[in-house]
Amino acid sequence: MKTTVNKIIKKYKNDRYRLMDILLDIQEELGYIPEDLNQMIADELSISKVELDETISFYHFLTQKPLGEYTVYLNNSVTAGMMFREDVKKTFEEQSGVLFGNVSSDGLIGLFDTSCIGMSDQEPAAIINNVMFTNLTPFRVKEIVADMKEGKPVEEMHKQNFGGGKNSSDLIQAVVKNNIRRKGPVLWDPYEPGEGLRKSITMEPGDVIEEIKNSHLRGRGGAGFPTGLKWEFCNKSREKERYIFCNADEGEPGTFKDRVILTEMPKMVFEGMAIAGYAVGAKSGVVYIRYEYLYLRKYLENTLSELRKAKLLGRNIAGKNGFDFDIRIQYGAGAYICGEESALLESAEGKRGEPRDRPPFPVEKGFKGKPTIINNVETLAKVVKIIKKGSTWFTNLGTQESAGTKLLSISGDCRFPGVYEIEWGHSIYDILEMVGATDVQAVQVGGPSGILINPNQLPRKLGYEDLGTGGSLIIFHESRNLIREVVMNFTEFFIEESCGSCSTCRNTPFILKQKLEKILDGHGVVQDIDDLVEWSKNLKFSRCGLGHTAGNPIITSIQNFRHLYEKLVQRDRDYDTGFNLAESVKESCEASNRSTVV
Amino acid sequence: MSNKVKFVIDGKECQSDEGKYLVEAAKDNGVYIPTLCNYEGLKPKGSCRICTVKINGRLATACTSPVHEGMKIENYTAELNEVRKEIIELLFVSGNHFCPACEKSGNCELQALGYRYEMMAPRFPFAFPIREVDASYPRIIKEQNRCILCKRCMRGIKDEDGKSYFAYKNRGKDSLVVADRKLMSAMSPDKAKEAMEICPVGSILVREKGWDEPIGTRKYDNAPIGSEIENK
Repeated sequence: MKTTVNKIIKKYKNDRYRLMDILLDIQEELGYIPEDLNQMIADELSISKVELDETISFYHFLTQKPLGEYTVYLNNSVTAGMMFREDVKKTFEEQSGVLFGNVSSDGLIGLFDTSCIGMSDQEPAAIINNVMFTNLTPFRVKEIVADMKEGKPVEEMHKQNFGGGKNSSDLIQAVVKNNIRRKGPVLWDPYEPGEGLRKSITMEPGDVIEEIKNSHLRGRGGAGFPTGLKWEFCNKSREKERYIFCNADEGEPGTFKDRVILTEMPKMVFEGMAIAGYAVGAKSGVVYIRYEYLYLRKYLENTLSELRKAKLLGRNIAGKNGFDFDIRIQYGAGAYICGEESALLESAEGKRGEPRDRPPFPVEKGFKGKPTIINNVETLAKVVKIIKKGSTWFTNLGTQESAGTKLLSISGDCRFPGVYEIEWGHSIYDILEMVGATDVQAVQVGGPSGILINPNQLPRKLGYEDLGTGGSLIIFHESRNLIREVVMNFTEFFIEESCGSCSTCRNTPFILKQKLEKILDGHGVVQDIDDLVEWSKNLKFSRCGLGHTAGNPIITSIQNFRHLYEKLVQRDRDYDTGFNLAESVKESCEASNRSTVV
Repeated sequence: MSNKVKFVIDGKECQSDEGKYLVEAAKDNGVYIPTLCNYEGLKPKGSCRICTVKINGRLATACTSPVHEGMKIENYTAELNEVRKEIIELLFVSGNHFCPACEKSGNCELQALGYRYEMMAPRFPFAFPIREVDASYPRIIKEQNRCILCKRCMRGIKDEDGKSYFAYKNRGKDSLVVADRKLMSAMSPDKAKEAMEICPVGSILVREKGWDEPIGTRKYDNAPIGSEIENK
């Protein structure tokens, strides 16, 4: 084991900055990172052991002990719950004889929860030994566990066809479905690799930036920062060593559109990175992609090789002397927060994914302290089309303030979940008609960090004028219990995914959850609803977007569904500790065969 | 290099060197902005959030924000003070802080802030987490019940190669600050004392050292935290 680990560290030249790759490689090789080697690894990288532990213990998918020959990570996002995840979970436990959070005594099967894995349109879904399983039912789980007991390789356990498009290509072979429901005018404009790049090199780099600025393209990850402006800021830096990052860490529950883009048009994304590289004179690019999409690795690596062969990456790209740019793929290891751009950089440098203090911004001091552009997958793909067809073509789509199109990830209670490319400006009402949703009680726009809107708000429009979003829309039928199923799930998500650095985000969501439980248990009073709103406010004092929005599920559901909370609280009293003495001592009373007098 | 800039805090005209962190720049002008995770001489980390002010209307931590010409800063406002008090309460309820029994009592910055912000009883329920007292190191005791995860020890206590004696473990509400066994075994008495002093609370204690300052002579016995800046 020691030799294997040593070899891996040598492969990365004892570079502390490559710690993520080192740890992922060790885990791939050995199944886990043996704890007794931590001191050795730390010494080889010239860091203290606790500094190494700090990184390992941060990431959900890194483990210091074996988690079973078969390790099941069952997604626990809200849509999985809506599609009968509980039944699937129970069947896994019954069939394997082990409870979630544990490994069976014979070491065969480990069962674990995991935050949204980007399969909201085909839930319940699980990752088993890095292979994706979707549309799970108790019947299928029984078959899968039986296969595990026979020692079958996971790749041979599938009964479904592979998914459409590239999902069934030799290098992916996944049952994942693309569910492309609507091909829009930008991403599905006929594409010839190199078309944007070849045009961009006939332009001055400054003019490329100008063209992107004129297109009014804004970041498609959700924050909506003007892309051209970001490039310009980076370009203004005095530092000449620069980096282009593609943020492929889509972790916002309910979002899966970047997965579809990376499956169907990765060349367009990489080409967008190369165009950015040309525009600001960067020589290297990094795709930071979430661990959950490990099943795409071989395919993406191969795509990069093809681009190098086609002279669209590498040296003197497209025959342009001195235009050198190459890309490497950096996998994460399970942390929602790494989608925040400065946390992403920390992670890419082999550290905990904790957001940085700003200023300075990544465009001034980013990867390894050098100016860095970080753009979302969809944003980069669109860059290619804007360069090819011009900024005016792009601004003619969408609305005044929201140019172009948006790729939506739609899930929940509707007939046709999947991805849809639409022009900005449609109302939520239009969207519901488009996807076949009726009797809608609520729509979560922008994932848990977004807002929960009620039926009166359906005329609201998608776009930066009103509902700017990364594109996750989760639809809830009137039969759903919004507080118990939705708000609680989202609040637990934020507790699980907080990095723990800020006092506010580390502590407040947990306190809010306890309050929510009190209300759901029938012990709530009106004051508790007001407390939830008041106590959420300190989250705005957090460092990053995760902290700022961690209270949103509660705040926006109280804003738009206050009546549901009011129905749950006691009207006849204004104070309740939430503590039930008789209930708390029930078990010990039974054991001692005594009763309480209260 | 040191260009002077003018800025305004709560209506008061201030002057300092361009680019200086706001907490320090305010201090130069006799204005106290409360801090907890900040420590003079260390790179700021902005993790406790207590120094949050409004700079030109936007929330920002004063310990990490450099001052620039013409900045308008709100510091002593009802809204900001209320959230600061909330943060102090959050830190109290998320750990197990029993001031009367703590070696750092009277010299503890969290306790002093509790007094300054007139915390009576916290509004939040106590979490009563189960935390250990790690007394397994030769020089120090790491009292996890009192740790507020400010990262001062992590940033300040390093060996000659720049390796950290302390680091985070886990994430979110399960985060802990833990010590490195190998480095700890070789820690010098001076380093141990430095570690205890850098800790704003009583989470890092030098072994075999108890109360040695009589009540009345401790740092915050006679005047609230911050008054040393305001009464300068």
